[in-house]
Amino acid sequence: MPVLKIDNVVKRFHNKTAVNGASFEVNKGKIFGLLGPNGAGKTTLIRIITSILKADEGAVFLNGEKLNEFHPTQIGYMPEERGLYKKMKVGEQLLYLAQLRGMSYKDAKKAIVDWMTKFEMQDWWNKKIEELSKGMQQKVQFIVTVVHSPKLIILDEPFTGLDPVNTELIRKEIMNLSANGTTIIFSTHRMEQVEEICEDIVLVNEGKVILDGKVAKIKEDFKENKYKVEFAGEINDDLLSGLEVEDKDGSSFVFKLDIGQTSNDLLKILLDNGVSIKSFNEILPSLNDIFIKLVTD
Amino acid sequence: MNKLWLIIKREYLIRVKKKSFLLITLLAPLAFATLTLGMGFISGYMATKSSKKVIVKDDAGIFKSFNSTKKGNTYDFTSMPLDSIAKTYDKEGYDLLVHIPDYDGNSKKINVQYYSEKKPGLITLEKIERRIGRAYKNYNIDKSDVDKELLKSFAVDVSLENAKSKSKNDKTGKLSVIIATALAGAMGFLLYMVIFIFGTQVMRSVMEEKINRIVEIIISSVKPFQLMVGKVVGVGAVGLTQLTIWIIFIPVIMMIANLIFGGGIDSSNISELQGQINPDDLKDFNISQVINEFFALNWWVILPAFVLFFLGGYFLYSSLFAAVGSAIGDDQGESQSLIMPITIPVIFAMIIMMNTLNDPDSPLAVFGSIFPLFSPIVMPARLPFDPPIWQVILSLALLIATCVLFIWMSAKIYRAGILMYGKKLSIKEMGKMIFKK
Repeated sequence: MPVLKIDNVVKRFHNKTAVNGASFEVNKGKIFGLLGPNGAGKTTLIRIITSILKADEGAVFLNGEKLNEFHPTQIGYMPEERGLYKKMKVGEQLLYLAQLRGMSYKDAKKAIVDWMTKFEMQDWWNKKIEELSKGMQQKVQFIVTVVHSPKLIILDEPFTGLDPVNTELIRKEIMNLSANGTTIIFSTHRMEQVEEICEDIVLVNEGKVILDGKVAKIKEDFKENKYKVEFAGEINDDLLSGLEVEDKDGSSFVFKLDIGQTSNDLLKILLDNGVSIKSFNEILPSLNDIFIKLVTD
Repeated sequence: MNKLWLIIKREYLIRVKKKSFLLITLLAPLAFATLTLGMGFISGYMATKSSKKVIVKDDAGIFKSFNSTKKGNTYDFTSMPLDSIAKTYDKEGYDLLVHIPDYDGNSKKINVQYYSEKKPGLITLEKIERRIGRAYKNYNIDKSDVDKELLKSFAVDVSLENAKSKSKNDKTGKLSVIIATALAGAMGFLLYMVIFIFGTQVMRSVMEEKINRIVEIIISSVKPFQLMVGKVVGVGAVGLTQLTIWIIFIPVIMMIANLIFGGGIDSSNISELQGQINPDDLKDFNISQVINEFFALNWWVILPAFVLFFLGGYFLYSSLFAAVGSAIGDDQGESQSLIMPITIPVIFAMIIMMNTLNDPDSPLAVFGSIFPLFSPIVMPARLPFDPPIWQVILSLALLIATCVLFIWMSAKIYRAGILMYGKKLSIKEMGKMIFKK
């Protein structure tokens, strides 16, 4: 059973349809990429999952149950627009937000201390948020998101504004949480980040799901039979006459094979002609390429 | 419910724990006392400074003397010809030259001319007019055969008393009206202050959450309605705390201040400035009479009704302020045009309340005390005057109904407004939100 099921969700605002019949499923323990350009409807979709907005049509199911008022306690949400009470102290702010998420005072306190220790920020309990650096605030923000041990964590553009050290720290934590069975939805318009982290993705554009599946499978589906060959020495132009060359420089070629041709066929031609091959790689399309292709087609 | 309680607690504690809360709560009564005493000093000072030096050219010869009192204008006489004194009076240090023409002893309408380099104030002119009028009257009495003492003996001191007054003391019927007026003014003004100060606090708090963007995290845990209500209740509780402290402290500090500075202040100036109560009316009564009359008021109606109007007025306006706070974009300077529609009725109510003190049963006062946008400020000012109970009940019913309607409308605007970052909403857009399902 999927942790999250989005079933034909529609959300209209007075002058436009932000989500237009979106359906997809997210499986337990996966890191799931919710992708799309700015304005595609990602944030609206997330706000529907987090019960901030109500869908006009369709339904959202969490662990098989239709979204109800108890579900927010099982979801951790880090909005793209980060926010904390500037004048409140770190400790009391975390306690307040954790209790709003349904934790008891005692459990909240313990979990907060654990997380603060993990991030080496034990001494910040009585510091006001406005006294902290941007990076420190991001750590507090992350703890707010995960402190109540949610089953589903939604991160909207989590790496925006993070320096490389903190990016790595948060990335590691995301991986840890995922390994412990937490499901994570990672929303972004920066496709290259997703390729590294996510196993499954859904691609939305103009409120519609235009692509859905495993990253590896999607890449496989969209590959164009292209291979890059690096070689030593010269290649005779006659040799290339029967092949489609997409790109070349002094030491490498990119070939696009015809339908029916395999990489072995290409290798055979090259070897038979005495080309000294240094490397031979299949070129898979990036999600960015796939996205651009889908949107412009 | 538990979450609502958490929100109320946070909104309350975050304000009460601030150093500035303690400071304002303790200093405001001091400031209030200083202000009142300061006004007394200033008006006393102004009274002596604002007196004018007047020189009179009396061609009628009817003025034997103008006794200059401590506070009034000073008058001197001249026998110089009008032409020459008109050229020199200001160089000799006079503010005005008054020329009284020859008098035939019969005219009932006399034009007296004055000369002045600067435009004198209306009050100065009226004072001089009264003074001259009195002098003509005395002159005419002197000239006639009427016995002055006999004339004086005709005068009777009338005191209007309430036949139904509960007080046994026949002098205190008027006292109860004086006390009612003071209490009415205080209650009306208090509610005016509460609506403005704490309504604005609710608005700021909403804006802070929106600008900080934390609102998105909060409303993914609680309903926007809970957050708004929690905020309004939390801030309202801070207001009640502060009011309670002030109600206890202000009279105490005023009393202490009066004991310390009492001798140095002409208290009549304070009352004159407030314009409602004539201090001469008070000097006939002693403290125990005042206390008796105070407790003779219909507290069983006044107190509960005051609390209900306090709550109704506060909830009605603070929910509007919350809606406006949610509609304001990142630029706080834009807020003025949205706040205006809220402040106008509050100021209207204040003006009606002031008039109510003079005439608590006038049609305007009755209308103002029932119309829900004005009633939280106007009705408390009528309560000490024993308004018909059906009017109080009607007013409360309307207020509660309006309050529910406004909270419902505000919640709709608030729910949509807090998520719209960056731009200010127009009143038209806010209207659309209310009617969106």
